[in-house]
Amino acid sequence: MSLPPFETVVAEHGAVVLRVCRAVLGPDDAEDAWSETFLAALRAYPRLRPDSNVRAWLVTIAHRKAIDGYRARRRAALPVAELPHEPATSDVYQLPDPALDTAVQALPHKQRQVVAYRYLADLSYGDIAAIVGGTETAARRSAADGIATLRRTYVPEESPT
Amino acid sequence: MNPLTALPDPDRATMQRLHARLVEAAAADDTLDLVYRTVDTPLGSLLLAATPAGLVRVAYESQDHDAVLATLADRISPRVLRAPARLDTVARELDDYFAGRRHTFELPLDLQLAHGFRREVLTHLRDIGYGSTASYAVVAAATGRPKAVRAVGTACAVNPLPIVIPCHRVVRSDGSTGAYVGGVPAKQTLLDLEAA
Repeated sequence: MSLPPFETVVAEHGAVVLRVCRAVLGPDDAEDAWSETFLAALRAYPRLRPDSNVRAWLVTIAHRKAIDGYRARRRAALPVAELPHEPATSDVYQLPDPALDTAVQALPHKQRQVVAYRYLADLSYGDIAAIVGGTETAARRSAADGIATLRRTYVPEESPT
Repeated sequence: MNPLTALPDPDRATMQRLHARLVEAAAADDTLDLVYRTVDTPLGSLLLAATPAGLVRVAYESQDHDAVLATLADRISPRVLRAPARLDTVARELDDYFAGRRHTFELPLDLQLAHGFRREVLTHLRDIGYGSTASYAVVAAATGRPKAVRAVGTACAVNPLPIVIPCHRVVRSDGSTGAYVGGVPAKQTLLDLEAA
């Protein structure tokens, strides 16, 4: 058994990883996080065991390389806390419903990660616990709490009938 | 249903932009071991693949592009990305060749997929000029192994760079076309093109 061309990995998982980055980091940093993740993944790819869960591997890299580190770096780079929030650049893909964005971004950071890894990347709670730390049970509870909060805070726009 | 299902999939343009960015970053980082694209020709779609050293593979559609890419990932490196722009020069030279405007390819080649005697045969094939042909026996003699006629046939059959390394110019001693990696009709088309 051997590794398929990396192009296949990008084609199969690129969109999912971007959705995860988008949900956890918000629109401003999602694309940079995606780029950093896939470049790191390409570097490490020849050493990946062919029977690995590729999506879990990518989310792990995204988490370590980008999602966890990114905010810290941004905080370090922007010591002034009251800088006005810059609007997302136009080339970042936009959500049709900003209310969902607001609701997701309002979740506590770790809860937002667990919810994204579970409900966007479809990872098992075992994989999620390995990525974010803590127990499987804690990850499960965190995801349940996050989704419950979203159901409460996110009211979808009325779709035209 | 969880509320996140309302998050749409990124659009195609976004994914294409990110892909292009990845190709650029990977090339700058020296982690892009293999790039590929396809090009449309009168002989159908051709797969082109290159390493940083040069063009390493040309494959006909009948050879199954996906299977060829899987083999390349296995034999050279799995760090493979589709990067059409990085193979623009190759595509242009092939266009010119099929239009009859180009008789020789000026491309860096990476012969790492051919070994030993087969590789030696490839270097001799490059001496057969546009519009001319040589028999398997003549090529065998040129390599210094006149009895290796069959081995020359095999080397042609597994030529990793058909068209660019002109194995189509090797024909039977009786003048008949002989076999070809892209099928006999393709070989005839190339010979006719070069005879025009």
